Amino acid sequence: MENFEPVIVAFCCHYCAYTAADMAGSKRLCYPPNVKIIKVPCSGKVDAIHIMKALEMGADGVYVAGCLDGDCHFKNGNIGAAKRVAYIKKLLDEIGIGGERVEMVLMSAGMGERFAQTATEITEKIRKLGPNPVKSVNEAKTAA
Amino acid sequence: MKTESVLEKVFASGELAVTSECGPPRGALAEKIIEKAKMLQGYVDAVNVTDNQTAMVRMSSFAACVFIKQLGMDPILQMVTRDRNRLAMQADILGAYAHGIDIMLCLSGDHPHFGDHPMAANVHDIDSVQFVQMVRDMRDKGRFQGGDEILNPPKMYIGAAANPFADPFELRVARLAKKIKAGTDFIQTQCIYNLDKFEKWMDGVRDRGLHEKVNIMAGITPMKTVGMARYMKKRVPGMDVPDELIKRMAGVPKEKQADEGIKISIEAIERLKEVEGVKGFHIMAIEWEQKVPEIVERAGLLPRPKEFS
Amino acid sequence: MITAERKPMEELIECLRPYHRILLVGCNECVTVCSAGGRKEVGILSSALQMAFMKEGKTLDVKEITLERQCDPEYVEELVTHIDQAEAVMSMACGCGVQEIAGRFKSKPVFPALNTTFMGASERQGVWVERCQGCGECVLALTGGICPIARCAKQLLNGPCGGSTNGKCEVDPDIDCAWQLIWDRLKALGLEDRYEDNIAAKDWRTGRGGGPRKIIREDLVK
Repeated sequence: MENFEPVIVAFCCHYCAYTAADMAGSKRLCYPPNVKIIKVPCSGKVDAIHIMKALEMGADGVYVAGCLDGDCHFKNGNIGAAKRVAYIKKLLDEIGIGGERVEMVLMSAGMGERFAQTATEITEKIRKLGPNPVKSVNEAKTAA
Repeated sequence: MKTESVLEKVFASGELAVTSECGPPRGALAEKIIEKAKMLQGYVDAVNVTDNQTAMVRMSSFAACVFIKQLGMDPILQMVTRDRNRLAMQADILGAYAHGIDIMLCLSGDHPHFGDHPMAANVHDIDSVQFVQMVRDMRDKGRFQGGDEILNPPKMYIGAAANPFADPFELRVARLAKKIKAGTDFIQTQCIYNLDKFEKWMDGVRDRGLHEKVNIMAGITPMKTVGMARYMKKRVPGMDVPDELIKRMAGVPKEKQADEGIKISIEAIERLKEVEGVKGFHIMAIEWEQKVPEIVERAGLLPRPKEFS
Repeated sequence: MITAERKPMEELIECLRPYHRILLVGCNECVTVCSAGGRKEVGILSSALQMAFMKEGKTLDVKEITLERQCDPEYVEELVTHIDQAEAVMSMACGCGVQEIAGRFKSKPVFPALNTTFMGASERQGVWVERCQGCGECVLALTGGICPIARCAKQLLNGPCGGSTNGKCEVDPDIDCAWQLIWDRLKALGLEDRYEDNIAAKDWRTGRGGGPRKIIREDLVK
């Protein structure tokens, strides 16, 4: 537990969070290397199964980062994404993995600080929650 | 005459008929129903006995009717389509008639959703209009609903309910016409608080001459408290309690509210007596049966005719 | 379509506890349309079940298959090549699909993943409403195209009851009063007179009253 480094998957919308990550980089803002960014054309493109598979494969936390309310390039992709995240949270609670491992966050392309801050906060939250309980079985599988 | 029932005779005599109701107890307590019925003895022509009212389990209407019959009074067997299919309904009608019960009220009943068994199956094999038709055919054709002949057909005097206040208002006279077409002999209405609206409904009833085809009894329920008035307005579906009435109840001190409620009922009866087509009153004093004699007396509905029962 | 909803995960996990290898079978028809048991839902449930077991330190091997139609024997036959590898089957079809699989593979335990709910229509995205109870003798011609059996809480054929308020049902203000809808529709069609034709008591033999039903089309039977 002491040297637990969580693996976080962040599905980042091309129009906002992904650019914000870029901005964070060019501003030399620090954020934890635990966050693995997956670029998506819109947060609305992230399906429930993507989040589930990330966790099943051993991610300790997953978040979807979409545009601010009303700013979605595709009108309401971010709203759809938020609803899907809520659905997955419930499902994860039901199977005892815990819905708090999944989050929806909103930001604009210019919010480099927000990106870095969100990445840090979520990483710390997941660090406190500890490893994804499915991980040990996964590791055993890999070892075998 | 279609039946030997006291109610039909009272209507035929031209007198205003008076009925009241007893809710059977929620337990195997014969004395409860007897005690309630005795309060009404001599003040009403017949007593409705509710059938699992508000969808809560109570002693069966049939059994409670028998107790009332044994007191020498005339019970009205209420029956809802919610709990029984047509076999069970007809069986109970035969049984009731064999016990000398010859008036009934055909209802669909409150939905189980409102009662203590919301998980129960909702039977509704037939609806209240079809129910009236079934009882009429049992009596007049001597046939079960399935078509077979009945040995000694039950001669039931058939009642149904009407709610002049439910929506859509424009259908309320038409729905009455459907029940009359099905064979209803008398109607007991929902509690009337909005007298203007009731009179408007009666205008529609008279326009079609329906008041000559059926005996309409106006439903009266005295309010005990302003709280009850508010509850009925807000929570009881299809109930129309005007704001003035609530204001009037609220305007008297708490300990006088019951008296005010009785007074309102009596005033309503006095006014409704003048409405052409109103042939009687159905006084539903819910868990307040002891007040019925006073209402009947003060409304000038005494003495009740004795020669018919 | 036939609508359904997934059962609580706890119930599903409990069903599968004794097994290590299962077939999780979806259906491409109604349950896909109502987002309960199509390919997508099969994937999500498969993932959820596997994680639930991993959490307990066990593994559940899930083979995901979505059939074109689980209520047709021709399609169910496609499971033949997979059935032997599985200790049990979990079906994400309606009750018809579950039974079709159970009937075909007699020695294999089959569990329903869904609660089949009703025959309905999409009211809007994500909302399905009951429209038909399959009574076997359609009355829609009499009632302006709105079914009082499926849509009136008391299935009144001669409604509305005294609990209709502002067009809503007394049972739930979110439910439209079917008879208000019928009346509005009869008026729109100029058929107000129809309202006063008393509709006769229904013969439930064409419905569930007659026991399990069967349709035989002699011209099609082989």
